[in-house]
Amino acid sequence: MSPLLSIAVFATLLCYAIAMSLGVYRLLRGPGAEDRVLALDFLYLNGMLSLMLLGIRYASGMVFEAALLIALAACVSSAALAKFLLRGDVIE
Amino acid sequence: MNATVPLWVEAVVSVLLVASGIASLIAASGIIRLRGLFQRLHAPALAGSFGSWSVALATVAYFSALEGSPVLHALVIPLVLAVTMPFASVLLARAALFRKRQDGANMPPPLSRG
Repeated sequence: MSPLLSIAVFATLLCYAIAMSLGVYRLLRGPGAEDRVLALDFLYLNGMLSLMLLGIRYASGMVFEAALLIALAACVSSAALAKFLLRGDVIE
Repeated sequence: MNATVPLWVEAVVSVLLVASGIASLIAASGIIRLRGLFQRLHAPALAGSFGSWSVALATVAYFSALEGSPVLHALVIPLVLAVTMPFASVLLARAALFRKRQDGANMPPPLSRG
């Protein structure tokens, strides 16, 4: 790992951390329930991107399946929460 | 392992990673600064499309250079996101529209009568 890539990985992780902090702000202060669901989806997305970034950093191919599962879980959780907001129930 | 990746590949990977970080920051600022849910729904699409494509292409470039043969499986992730993210966004927008109509807000009327 050259210093160039190491610095780039650090800067990108810093960007993701700031973005996730802003997402947590929206999650805590969102005026409506939909804003909180949106912020949670954004947090899922940034967590998945950080995981792929750490996979590059440690030259590990094992994080790919975990990132794929997180992407699918983000979709499923957002859909379930939207269904709950729409109907008041998830499985009718 | 350190010397097997050429410097120009690392430069390309660095540029892609930093671009995805900046895209994620722009999306977060959109989530913070845009007014109203229906404007805020647009912001994470930037991190979901541009950011995830950049990171996936960086992963493909780095592992292909590391192993000496094409490693393409990371491209599945932005494809999965391209299928699933609009689905979740549309469901969330429909739920928000329904709830705001229930609250009596000034929303566009439904298209179907009955």
